[in-house]
Amino acid sequence: MIRALEGLAEADPDVMLVTGDLGFGVLTRFSERFPRQFINAGVAEQNMTGLAVGLALEGKTVFTYSIGNFPTLRCLEQIRNDACYHDANVKIVCVGGGFTYGSLGISHHATEDLAILRALPGITVIAPGDPVEAAAATRAVYRTKGTCYLRLGRGGEPLIHAGEIDFQVGKAIRLAEGTDVAILTTGGILDVARNARERLAVSGLSVGLYSVHTLKPIDRDLVVELAGRVGLIVTLEEHTVIGGLGGAVAEIVARMPNPKARLEIVGLDDCFSSIVGDQEYLRSVYGLTADAVVAKVQALLTARRR
Amino acid sequence: MTDRGSPILDTVDLALRIRRHAVRMANRGKSSHIGAVLSIADILAVLYGGILRVRPEDPDWADRDRFILSKGHAGAGVYAVLAETGFFPVEELRNHYANGSRLSGHVSHKGIPGVEISTGSLGHGLSIGVGMAFAARMDDRRHRVFVLMSDGECDEGSNWEAILFAAHHKLSNLVAIVDYNKIQSLKPVAETLALEPFAGKWRAFGWDVLEADGHDHAALAEAVKVPPRKEGKPLCVIAHTTKGKGVSFMENSVLWHYRSPQGEEYARAMGELGVDVDAE
Repeated sequence: MIRALEGLAEADPDVMLVTGDLGFGVLTRFSERFPRQFINAGVAEQNMTGLAVGLALEGKTVFTYSIGNFPTLRCLEQIRNDACYHDANVKIVCVGGGFTYGSLGISHHATEDLAILRALPGITVIAPGDPVEAAAATRAVYRTKGTCYLRLGRGGEPLIHAGEIDFQVGKAIRLAEGTDVAILTTGGILDVARNARERLAVSGLSVGLYSVHTLKPIDRDLVVELAGRVGLIVTLEEHTVIGGLGGAVAEIVARMPNPKARLEIVGLDDCFSSIVGDQEYLRSVYGLTADAVVAKVQALLTARRR
Repeated sequence: MTDRGSPILDTVDLALRIRRHAVRMANRGKSSHIGAVLSIADILAVLYGGILRVRPEDPDWADRDRFILSKGHAGAGVYAVLAETGFFPVEELRNHYANGSRLSGHVSHKGIPGVEISTGSLGHGLSIGVGMAFAARMDDRRHRVFVLMSDGECDEGSNWEAILFAAHHKLSNLVAIVDYNKIQSLKPVAETLALEPFAGKWRAFGWDVLEADGHDHAALAEAVKVPPRKEGKPLCVIAHTTKGKGVSFMENSVLWHYRSPQGEEYARAMGELGVDVDAE
């Protein structure tokens, strides 16, 4: 992401990066290469966001940067009233989506952000699935007018896409085609979804896999097409089951007159993740593993056959 | 037309017109916050009557001074001064608060020429102004950014984040004006969250601070004149004001943060502002 942002800043002197005093090591090169385009706003996310709006309304494209819930929930009203309502070119970057900072505790678990941000009118919400998508998403939000939310991991996520991808805002990326089941996922848990798909495929099922990197506007055409064609849609997200990817898909499927697919929403149940552990451990505790997805799919298909 | 972009007006007359419009709007819309509007009528008249470089016929003029009303609940005052200075027809003020109108109770920029920012939730305007001032300096532009705040609004922590930032970055093109009428939503400021020593707080945060009678036009104009007093420091003007100023029974009263003047009260208020409502 940050390399992509450096490219944008080099090409466009109106690209700015404003951090809420985070990004040790990560932002150093940007701040040294583009001192004029870099601001450390201090530990003050409300002002960081309002300030970004002021800059944006004067012609800048401003990336705000912090971790977990700090650039989002801490300054939610500034995002709503100041950024979104004024169509300001503010691009909110969250590092540490989901359980990325697992061991740090619930303050650092961004597990409701997608639902909350998605509810704001006028915003674009993107959670890239791997580093290739993250770089493409950075360039995409730069080109997208208005306020955008970019929810990242922490870098170092497994590379899923081998080569170039056709990244379009609002258009999911198909990684595999399938006729029995479709797995839809958003964000850095894409590799878990991929592993689950491979194992289901080995068991003889035809399983599609889609990276729904853009949660808003969601790829409605894809959801409608899949819901009319496959028997089961599974959504997987490192996020509460309320109002995120599963919610967005449910909002579409529930309005269809005769969907073929039933929908299974896999995510964090409505609870605080107060267990201590790293990302992988917390995913296993809360059922966000390939094993758990495979077991769920098999149980649902068995139940359907009966 | 002068080099400031718009003609210098009789600010005393302009303030009186703002007050009359505001009381009419509060009456017609059955709206609250008249006390807060009357409190800033003189500040608005001085700014729009002779300080702000703005062009009513070209509201998006790139070199205009930016004005943000952070205490959005006094939006009626901004609508009135914009209409009186030619940004849109005065007749449109009749639609304030009306269903389907553009003129919402808290100030709105949507479709209204001359309004930079929609506000209403307190503690937002200064940060946006800080961003605008930062951008102006970055791009070597000469315009200034004015943010009009309320005293009660200074309870919001976000303002103190912005105050820290503006001083740290030496935004001398930024002017914050605080409408210090000393009454907030339920009680006097001193009985809610005391701000005193108020000027001392801004100074301690690194701002240049001036205190002025917020109803004395010459003093206000002197405080915000060009060029700024001190290089390298943002300016805070603490305007000592009277909530409800200009209508005797509204002055210094919490009640008129909420109450809408109707019937006899409306006639009395307008009478004190030199208008016989029976003759209207």
